[in-house]
Parts: sequence; C-alpha cells; structure tokens
Amino acid sequence: MTDPNPVQDLNYQVPPEMQSNVIVTSIDKIYNWGRRNAIWPMMFGLACCGIEMICTAASRYDLARFGMEVMRPSPRQSDLMIVSGTVTKKMLPVIVRLYNQMPEPKYVMAMGACACGGGPFKEGYNVVSGVDKFVPVDVYVPGCPPTPQALLNGLIKLQEKIDGQSFLTSPWYQKGSSEPIPLPILGPDLIDPRQNAIFHQLAQKQNEPVANA
Amino acid sequence: MTDAAPTAEASATTLDARFPGAVTPDTRAGYSGYLVAPDKLIEVATAVRDEMGYDYLSSVTGVDYLADGKLEAVYHFYKTSGGTALTLKAQTPRDNPVIPSLVPLYPGADFQEREAYDMYGIRFAGHPNLKRILMWEGFGGWPLRKDWKEAYYEQDTKPFDSRWPGGHFRRSEEKSPFGHNVSFADGFTPEGWVSEAEAAQYPDISELQTGNGRGLHTDKIVVNLGPQHPSTHGVFRMVVTLDGETIVDLHPVMGYLHRNHEKIGERNTWLQNMPFTDRLDYLSSMSNNLGYALAVEKLQKVKVPERAEYIRVLMAELTRICNHMWAVGFLLNDLGAFFTPALYAIRERELILDFFEATAGSRMMCNYMRFGGVARDIPEKMRDENTMDFVNDMVFNRLPKAIDDLDEYLTENEIIRSRCIGVGVLPPEQAIAYSACGPLLRASNVPYDIRRAEPYSIYDRFDFKVCTRPNGDIYDRYLIRMDEMRESVKICQQVLRDMPIGGEIMAGKPAYNVRVPAGEAYGRVDGPKGELGYYIVSTGKANAYRYHVRAPSFINLTVLGELCKGAKVADVVVILGSIDIVLGETDR
Repeated sequence: MTDPNPVQDLNYQVPPEMQSNVIVTSIDKIYNWGRRNAIWPMMFGLACCGIEMICTAASRYDLARFGMEVMRPSPRQSDLMIVSGTVTKKMLPVIVRLYNQMPEPKYVMAMGACACGGGPFKEGYNVVSGVDKFVPVDVYVPGCPPTPQALLNGLIKLQEKIDGQSFLTSPWYQKGSSEPIPLPILGPDLIDPRQNAIFHQLAQKQNEPVANA
Repeated sequence: MTDAAPTAEASATTLDARFPGAVTPDTRAGYSGYLVAPDKLIEVATAVRDEMGYDYLSSVTGVDYLADGKLEAVYHFYKTSGGTALTLKAQTPRDNPVIPSLVPLYPGADFQEREAYDMYGIRFAGHPNLKRILMWEGFGGWPLRKDWKEAYYEQDTKPFDSRWPGGHFRRSEEKSPFGHNVSFADGFTPEGWVSEAEAAQYPDISELQTGNGRGLHTDKIVVNLGPQHPSTHGVFRMVVTLDGETIVDLHPVMGYLHRNHEKIGERNTWLQNMPFTDRLDYLSSMSNNLGYALAVEKLQKVKVPERAEYIRVLMAELTRICNHMWAVGFLLNDLGAFFTPALYAIRERELILDFFEATAGSRMMCNYMRFGGVARDIPEKMRDENTMDFVNDMVFNRLPKAIDDLDEYLTENEIIRSRCIGVGVLPPEQAIAYSACGPLLRASNVPYDIRRAEPYSIYDRFDFKVCTRPNGDIYDRYLIRMDEMRESVKICQQVLRDMPIGGEIMAGKPAYNVRVPAGEAYGRVDGPKGELGYYIVSTGKANAYRYHVRAPSFINLTVLGELCKGAKVADVVVILGSIDIVLGETDR
C-alpha cells in the first residue's frame, strides 16, 4: 500500500468519479498490511518478562497502537508467541505443544535474555539455554527484562519481517501441512526425540572399549 | 495464636535438659539452636508447639554437609505472639537419609519437606505425599547435593577461572554432545523410558469413580488448570478433581519456572547473588534485596548508615504499594473485570517504577541494596527537601488519592462483594498451622507482622498499624491490601519527613568481594507477599555454602487445596488471585 500506482496507467477502465478512491497494489502488500497490523499475541507470560509484556500492553506504552492488543489465551487463535521468560525443561514440552497448536502463519519472539539464550540462569540444571534450540525464533529481544520500548521495537521488527514475506515463497502457503515439532520427553533429563541417534552413538562408544578388551 | 505458656522462656533455655541425650545445643562456631536426634523429633516438636508456644513453623530446609557425610534438616519455629526463632536441626546419614515428617504437627511443612526431598533426597517418613515438587518425578539425581553436578558444571564456585583475565571461555553448549543443557548416565537410551512426570500428578482412576456401579451415578472428572492459563499468574498448574461444579480435591503443581536459584546461589559469590534475588519475586525486587542484605549483614554484623536505612525502608514500602496495586488489579482480572481495573493499578505502579529507575537504574530488576547500605543515593535532582518534588508529590498527594480512587471504584461493587464475601475462608488456627504469612495470615485475623513482631532495619521508629481483618475470606484479603497500602503510604511519609539530608549510604567501602564470617543466619523481612526469609550458611569463604529462600508465595500455596475444597470451579482462580503468588518466587 505504500506505492499506489496512478490508476490512469492501467488498462482497465476506472470511472472518473472513483479514481480518487481506488488504489491498486499487489496482493502481497495488501495481505501483509492486514497481517502486520493485526498480530494477535498469545497471552503467555513465563516469568519476569511477562510483567513487562503486560506493562507494554497497558495504557502507558499501549500495544494497541500497533494492532497487537488482542492477546489470546488460546494458541489456536494466536499469530505470535512471545516467549517471555526463562524456559525450563519442565515447561518446555508445554511450550512446544503450544507452538504446534498455533495455526500458520505463526511467529515466535524470544523476549529477554533467558528465552534468547538462557540468560543469567543458563547454567541451571532445569534451564533450557534458549528456546531456539526447540522452536524457530523470528525476533530476539535482548534485555533482562527488556524495557517496554525494547519489546515494541522487537514487534516493529517483526512487522518489517512480515512486510518482506510473499505468498509465492512462504513455506506455510505451500502444499502439504507442516510437520509438528516432536515433543521433548521428561526423562532422567530432558530427552529430545530428534536426538535419538546421538544416544545410540554414545551408548556404542561406551561399549566399544569393553568389546576390544 | 496460642499464647505462650508463662514458663516458655524458661523451658526454651532448657530444651536440652528436658530431653537429655536427644537434644544438644548446636555448638558449631556461628551456629545457634539445637540438634535433635531424628527419632525424637516428633516428640520434641510436639513439646515445642504445645508447651513452649512456638506455633508457627516458618521454614524447613535441608543442608548437605558433605565432609561430615550428613544431611541436615533445619527447622525455624516462631511464636505468632512475636519474638525470635527457635532453630532445630536433625542430622541423618547421606547414604540413607530418613527423618520423620512434621506434617501431622505442622501441615505447613508439607511443600517444604517435599522440596527438601526433591533437592536432597531426604525421605520424610510419614509424609502423606512425598513426591518431587519442583523437578519432575523421574528426574535423575538430587540437585542440591554438593556432589551432584549439573550439565553445564564448570567449577564449584565463581568466579570461574575461564572468565578471569587470561582464561579461555568456551560455550557451555560445546561441552555436551547434545548441544544443549542435558546430561545422562552412561549408556542411557531413550527407548523403553516410561515418563512418570505426568502420571504422578493424577489421582487413581478408582478414586474418581463414585457409586457402587449400579444405577445412575456420575464419575468425578479431573481438570487441569495451567500451566498455560491466563489466570494462573504465570506458569502454575492446578490439578482439580471435580464432582459436577464442586471441587473435591485440588493439587497445585509447580516447578515450571524452577530456575535453580539456590544451586546458582551456592556457586555465586555473596554479592553476585544480589541481582538474582531481584528475580525471585520480580514484582518486588527491592524487598528481596533487603531480605538478602539483612541475612548477610547478620553474619557480618555491620551497622548500616542512617540515611541508607531510611532509603531502604522507603524503597521497601514503595515496593509494597507497587505489589498490592498489582495484586488488586489482577484479582479483578480473575473476577472477570478484564484489564480495566488493572490499568488503573498499573498506571500508579509505573510512577513508582520511574523513581526506581532513576535511583537504581532499572525498572524492575533494581539490584539496589548492598551489604551495609545501598548502591547509590537518590539522584541529585530528587534529593534535597526542596527539589524532591516527584517523590513528595507521589507519596503525599498522588498515591493516597489513587488508593482512595481504587477503593471507591471497587470496594462496594456488587459483583465483587457477592463473589468474594464468604468464599475461600481461612480460619486463623488453620492459617497458622499451614504457615500462611503476610496479607493471607493477617486477613485471617492474626496480627502477625514481622515489622512489629521482630523489627528489622528501623521499622521500630515508625508509627503504623498492623492491619487485620476478621473473616479471612477473599474480600478481606482484598481489603487488607488496601489497608496495607494506606499504612505503607504513612510510613513513606514519615520516612520523607525524617530522612537525614546527605550523609553516608554505605558502611565501609563498596567491594566486589565480601568476606562473611563462618556460621549460619536466617534473615527475614515482611515482604509484600509475606515472610521472605533467607537461610544462609557461610564457611568463611567468598561463596555461600548454603543459600535457601523461604518463599512466601510457595508456602502460602500449601493451604490452597484446603481453601478450594467445596468451592465452585469458578472460584478457584479468584482464591488463587487472593493469595497473590509470583511464580519466580514459588518455583525459584
């Protein structure tokens, strides 16, 4: 919508009285314009960052200015998952399940140092060092916690990303459904089912010297 | 509120004489209290409660004395009539740690004993539901034992050699063949692993069936609220057994935000830990700082300069207002008045946060207190009495009016009254038995406020009243927060009136590394959520040997199941909202 072509240049006839009311643009632009200004985030506060997220939604910073005030508690209705806080191993299966339940096109924002990479708690035995180890992240917002201004900046970045997407190339608009991410399992430690091969390699290595001796 | 027997003080000094052989004074340097033989613990605790009047079991935790081959359970008892702690300790061998459970005597020990079991593997014999609470059932290892190493383990204590000038830092991810924060026993393969994590949360199917199998009957159903639920104030989960709309049973499930505060705290240097305390109850970081600083100062025995004491009290009370604003706003959220009342509350909170940001440098994570003072003075333009306009205006004009406004909008509201009055009633005896604290306890008509019962900092100088309410229902818990905000404003006004202009804000020079004499200390403050206690053990080194947080949100949840039994399912979120929890503190 940023670049309305002069109607007169086109081949079809627009009645003169309507020429000031009609704008011609590409389907990607109008579609993305709609999407970028009505991003519904999931109402999903994990930790401290969740509080700043609520403050961002409140009157002083007012997320509604960007069309994002409709926080949905259900993943089925959300476009954006703001992972606002420390991702723990115990919580991770829930987060992955929520991500799987969101309809395409979906976006993930890692808000705060913990969600980006573990943050101050990275060394902890129950902390996942970054949600991007399991879920694809679109925007990273650093800070501990990020100020509401930083979060808004991250959301504007996401809007820019949406602006750059196209029907023709978006994976979520292609044939076939996307594969859900396999749920991590709470074993003696967190088991990622995608890493089963590594377990077997390690177990084999463990056995080898015994076999040689 | 059992009144102490007249001879309580006398018998307190002779607990070892009363139980010869079973109770001995703890004579380790810097320690206090008594060591109790585990097999006599129940008997001693009964005497402590019934004869000596220590009716309030504040804190239960474990300590791993690896060198002695012992695990120790530490109990802090208080009297709700006020006074200092009675500390009991029970030691048990590391290879077969069993200690009798105190849940039959003090139901408030329930979650705390489960936590000690989860972290140390101490089995509390006789505990009704001894399962892991913060980690999941089936997790390998007892994380807080000194010989247990996490996946990203580098060294026992910080600062790590790899970070010190000249060290070579390696990303922790590279240490694990899995590329992230996990480690498994040698030869472990995931096939055949049956996860107990979920099944452990649910009751037996047979418990859910009603009737005799003949005729018309309905089974009970189990509903999960959370961990992703808009009304759980974070990642908290309740497994609710329902008979129709009525709650038969409710089990809180936590640990979804367990970020290993204590393990990290025992690696950190003393001062490095200060910013981590911010992230406990992230709505009231200043209070958390204060509690930790007080605990360490108890061991260090430093005297905090006058001006710093006033600043501390000012910050702690503004934090209380912040927190209660938030709590009231979001209680209304839980009642269905979505976000509008909260917006009014957040508006005032933002102003206080501005003051915190100007002073400490951060809105939420203030990291402001230091051992022996505070990090910075109030900024120049807010400092002397003529130009401290912003704070003065806030405390003398704006906040009292904002509280009155909230009161006017909400207190007499028909829906609030009908949803809250008489719902989720907590009788005073039960509140004490379950170790409830803070507004939850005071709304049940127990006038117990640590600022009065065992004054810390300079609270004994201020004129304020310990608010109580008679009924202990949700409505009273709402009202008590309004009352406490008013009292906090009163304290802030007195601080601003009396605060010395200029002067020291730190005892001694600021130092990156402080030495703390060997010994143990339990420092506690009456935070916005209730009694926030820090139990620390020092060996005289640069790091804490044991660092435990007595988290009010966590312990207040012990009574949640009892409060909800018999209520309707719609009341659960309101009852939870009226307890006012923060998950950062619950799960630590």
